[in-house]
Formats: sequence, C-alpha cells, structure tokens
Amino acid sequence: MSEPMVRAEAVHKRFGRLEVLKGISLEVKRGEVMCLLGPSGSGKSTFLRCINHLEKINSGRLFVDGELVGYRESNGKLYELRDNEITQKRSEIGVVFQQFNLFPHMTALQNVTLGPVRVKGLSRAQARDKAIELLGRVGLDDKVDTYPVALSGGQQQRVAIARALAMEPKLMLFDEPTSALDPELVGDVLDAMRRLAHEGMTMIVVTHEIGFAREVADTVVFMDEGVVVEAGKPDEVLNNPRHERTKTFLWKVL
Amino acid sequence: MSTSELSNERTERPEEIEAVPVRHPGRWVAAVIVLLIAASIVRSIVTNSNFEWHLVGQYLFDARVLRGVVKTLELTVLSMLIGVILGVLLAVMRQSPNPVVSGASWLYIWFFRGTPLLLQIFFWFNITALFKRIDLGVPFGPALIHANGNAIITTFVAALLGLGLNEGAYMAEIVRGGFLAVDEGQSEAAHSLGLSRLQTMRHIVLPQAMRVILPPTGNETISMLKNTSLVSVIAMSELLYTVQQIYDVNYKPIPLLIVAAIWYLAMTSVAYVGQYFIERRFGRGFSRAQQATMRERWLSFRHAQ
Repeated sequence: MSEPMVRAEAVHKRFGRLEVLKGISLEVKRGEVMCLLGPSGSGKSTFLRCINHLEKINSGRLFVDGELVGYRESNGKLYELRDNEITQKRSEIGVVFQQFNLFPHMTALQNVTLGPVRVKGLSRAQARDKAIELLGRVGLDDKVDTYPVALSGGQQQRVAIARALAMEPKLMLFDEPTSALDPELVGDVLDAMRRLAHEGMTMIVVTHEIGFAREVADTVVFMDEGVVVEAGKPDEVLNNPRHERTKTFLWKVL
Repeated sequence: MSTSELSNERTERPEEIEAVPVRHPGRWVAAVIVLLIAASIVRSIVTNSNFEWHLVGQYLFDARVLRGVVKTLELTVLSMLIGVILGVLLAVMRQSPNPVVSGASWLYIWFFRGTPLLLQIFFWFNITALFKRIDLGVPFGPALIHANGNAIITTFVAALLGLGLNEGAYMAEIVRGGFLAVDEGQSEAAHSLGLSRLQTMRHIVLPQAMRVILPPTGNETISMLKNTSLVSVIAMSELLYTVQQIYDVNYKPIPLLIVAAIWYLAMTSVAYVGQYFIERRFGRGFSRAQQATMRERWLSFRHAQ
C-alpha cells in the first residue's frame, strides 16, 4: 500500500481564541476524490487552506505526498520551511477558489500561462500551446484572449480550473467551486471536475452539491464544528447517515 | 392567464407629454451676476495699462525664462522619480512582516508628512552645516569615499532632496492604498500557483494596484510642477526664481509673474492630457462598459453583506 496523497493526524487550527479545527484525522489516497460536506463555519475551507499552507496549523501533523506541510522534522524537532520551499510545494497543488480569483488584468490565456512561465520556467510558446489545449478541454477554445470581466462566472471558474491544471498538480483542492455561480452555470463546472476525476486526479472538494458528491466522490466526509462527524462511501454517508447531525444537515440541503 | 389578457388589452400608444417647464428665475439672476463679474475682470485686464501685456509677450520666450522652464521640468521629473521609487520601496517595507523594517517606513512617513516642505527644503540646503564631509562606507566602519559636503550638496541636489524625499512619503501612502485595494484572493491565487512573494508583488499586485495608484500620482505630478517653485527660496534658478531675478532688475513684477503663470498653466495642462492616456493604458481588463458592471457587482456585493 503506497503512501496516501494527504494524511491528516489530529490537525488543530485556532484563530485567536476561536478553535476552528479540533482534531481532524483523515486520509486521501492517490487518485481518490474526497468531498467535504458540512454547514458553513464547520472548518472545511480552513482545512483545505491548511493543506496548501495558506494557514498554519497549531497542532497535529499534516502530510502531502508523504511530506510534512510547512515544516521539516528531524531529531524530533520541527523546523519551519523557507519561503521558497513552501512556494515549491504549493506549485504542486492546484487550488480552485469559490470567488475564482482570476487575475483581472490578464486574458484567459495569460492567466493560464503565468504559472508555467514564471514558476516552471516553460517557454512562452510551450506554455501557450498547453494553455490552449487546457482551455479547450474545459470548453473555452473561443475565449482564449478574453479578459475575465467579459466571462460569465461559470466560464471564469473553468479558466481557474485550467490555470490550476497548467501547473500539472498532483493534487487539486476545490473550495466551494460552484457556490458563487448562478444555478444554470453550475453544470459546466461540475462537468469539468467530473472529467478530471475520471482521469484519475486526486481531488478534495468542499461542496454543497450532494448530487456531485454521490456520483463522483470515492469518500464523503461530513464535518461539523471542527470535527469529522462521519466519513465513508457516498451511499453510506449520504443514504444511511449514522449520526443525527449528518441527518439534519442532509435533510436541510436536499 | 390574466397576464395574456392584460397584454391584449393594451391599446395604441398615448400621445407624447407636452408640459409647461418649471421656470428657474434664480438661474438667470446667478448667470447675470457671474457674467457681470467676469466682464469687469476682463475690462480691467484689457484697460489697466499696468498689466503691460507687451512685456508679457516680450519675456514669454526669453532665453532665461525658457531655461527656467527646463529647470522646472527637470526638477519635477527627477523629484517625482525619486518620490515614486521611494514610495514603492516604503510601501513594500510597510507590508514587511519584519517590525523593524515596517516601523522604519512608518517613521519616515510620519516625519516627512509632519513637517512643512518649505522647512525641509531649507534643511537640505543647510545640511552641510551638520556634515562638513560626507563619507560613504560601512556604518561605524571604514569609509570608502570621502567628499566635501559643499561639493555634493549643490543647490540643485538640495532642491531634489527636499522635493523628492518629501514626495516619497506621500507616494508611499498612495502606493500602500493601491496595494490594499487589491483583493487578498489575488495574492492567494498567485501563491497557490507557486509564485513567490516578490513575483506576486510584481506580476499580480502592482499591475492591479497601478489602476488605483495612477490617478493620485498624476495629481502629485501636477502638484510637483507647482511645488518646484518653493525651491526659489534657496536660489535655485527654476521658473519662478528666474522671473524674480528679471523683475528685481526691471521692476516689472506683474507681467513677469504672468509669464510664469502662463508657463505653469501650459505645463500642468500637458500633464493632464498625459495622465488621461496613461490611465487608459492601465485600465485593461476594466474597460469602461465593464467598469459599470464591476461597480454594480461591488454594490450588490455590499448590499448582500
């Protein structure tokens, strides 16, 4: 059995006196799609941000691809990683945000080529070819030279997915990717994600799309108030939840 | 059901409204007063021979005046250059996680914004009273370059230091405001791609901050064009000091001050036009039609809060 892509051991995260994560332990295997469900404020997004070291955890251990996130451990002591080491590790993890966060002063193409050119050192031509291919895969061949303001929310989010994929990540994190979209635009984004899952990408998806979780997820995790309430196969958690809190939540969402 | 009935009931368009407009007698009174004042000013300009318009024409392109204009432009460009570079540096320092670095930036801004520009200009002009010799080298260590203070701090350098260092403090606040206007999600997205802090600053934050930084920077440039006249107090022969020197000899201050005013107006007007084109260049991705929708989004976002 190979090392899982993500391993969390009793991860705690505090903001001041507010404890947002109270001991999260879970594993995401390679090629697995995990959906994180739960009411807002339950710590799903914070956990996602910890994986990418956008937030520092206060206790516990968090591993990506077998390596500690943000630290190096030797002789039982933790050493903070240097900025460039953190940067290097971040470049291997793709993130798609709820608010897209496309760079508004760049065209769709420039958004997608920025990382490969500046971080991976690809030539502009190479990056361009790859970006056009990626934008084609998310159905935006005709929007290559368009600025984000002229794109719909769904199109922006698909550019954001292409931008993350251009770095050839080994892990993709989705933070409520469809929550800011009009209902009729959600489908295209979910389609792109579904295809990605079938291609074997390891994905952690924070979402309220129960249908997507049921269909695509290998594991569904239900979080509430900073703890994992319940985790398992989609039909276990979604159809036969064992915990009262999961039942109440699903009853409200569905 | 009822809606289709309603639409069927719609008859032909009613006649155009033709109402008697409200009268605004106050507007007429105000206009007459303004025109009367303007007419009396124009009459005095034309009839008062003390304006000596022929002298204005004579001195407008005088070689000394033109040299003064060039000096004013040089001072403006170089001071703004110092100001902008210093401003960006101070703004970046202000964002530093290192409290000593950000504190130093704060202190600099506090000092240079808290004392009058005129005082600062006098101060730099007299700096050689503090330092007779200027040594460049390792702090508290051996000096590498020795120089006579008076040789380095010429009037021009004192003027540049006075204007540029002061401008740096104001530009720092403008640049910082620009940084703050860029959504945090932008930096996070850039970091997630693996861009370093410096790359994020250069490729993501600065270009977007530019849109916010440029309009006030244009205003600063226009202010600087006029503020250069302050260095006339240290006998720096820019435009104002030049015309002062001329009227000290011929005792014709009014026509020569008008000459200076015309040149300042011409220079600031050109600066206005330049500002317009530069702002358009950095509006990419935020073009006018789309700006409205951005604004609407922002408003609706705020209402949703």
